[in-house]
Amino acid sequence: MSTVNYMQRTRDFYAAQGYERAYVWAHYDEAPFASLSKPLAQCTVGLVTTAALYDRKPLEPRHVDSAATEPGPERLYANDLAWAKESTHMDDPGSYLPLPVLKRLVEEERIGAVASRMHCVPTEYSQRNTLENDAPEILRRLREDGADIALLVPL
Amino acid sequence: MSLVARYLEAHGIPTVILGSALDIVTHCAVPRYLFTDFPLGNPCGAPGDGAMQDRIVRSAIDLFDAATAPMTVVRSAEIWPHGDGWRPRYAEVRPEDREKLLAAGEKRRADRAAKAAS
Repeated sequence: MSTVNYMQRTRDFYAAQGYERAYVWAHYDEAPFASLSKPLAQCTVGLVTTAALYDRKPLEPRHVDSAATEPGPERLYANDLAWAKESTHMDDPGSYLPLPVLKRLVEEERIGAVASRMHCVPTEYSQRNTLENDAPEILRRLREDGADIALLVPL
Repeated sequence: MSLVARYLEAHGIPTVILGSALDIVTHCAVPRYLFTDFPLGNPCGAPGDGAMQDRIVRSAIDLFDAATAPMTVVRSAEIWPHGDGWRPRYAEVRPEDREKLLAAGEKRRADRAAKAAS
């Protein structure tokens, strides 16, 4: 079964809603690459999600947000985002929030630690806003937490 | 999220993206990506299947060690357990829904305009 063509599907959907200008997704031909500065078993892992800590209303402004990872949020919210609401649900946090597995990996000494906070980054229409505001703020918070590496889990 | 991955990586923090929209993520070119071919909303595995979630997250973490170059994309071998019916349903535009969709778009634009004016 071929994968879903999300860009075309989204363009068609918004065109059907009467939007005249199609969204242009970020595109690059190359990617940066940073090597691990220490063995994985010594790395503190930061966790970043696109979901929210509370049930945002439609059109409500989205901001970078953070929560403690011990014990960690009971669940996250994304009613204001586009996802496969017609096909699945978010009632099992383990399906989108990997904190329990990361904590097991610490116990098994596969990773060094889970950072004391996890972070929520908004999905933004404006790529400029992501690059100039949200991404630097996530970097700042990860550094503050002592995170060596980051696992990013978009919804 | 792909832009965030690129930004963190460019500033020295290695990243792995664990997620489902293959075309969007690879279009942006990211350092390391574990692709799970699931409906958007459950990137770490099917709800109720803790064993699958465990395997997937471990695979994502393994990528930190395994990837030696940017744009490393690994496709998870895990299969969505409820068939393929979710694929055509995402953002489906059925002829009978066109009027409703257009009305929803008009309402959204009006709400945005009202919010911007307030």
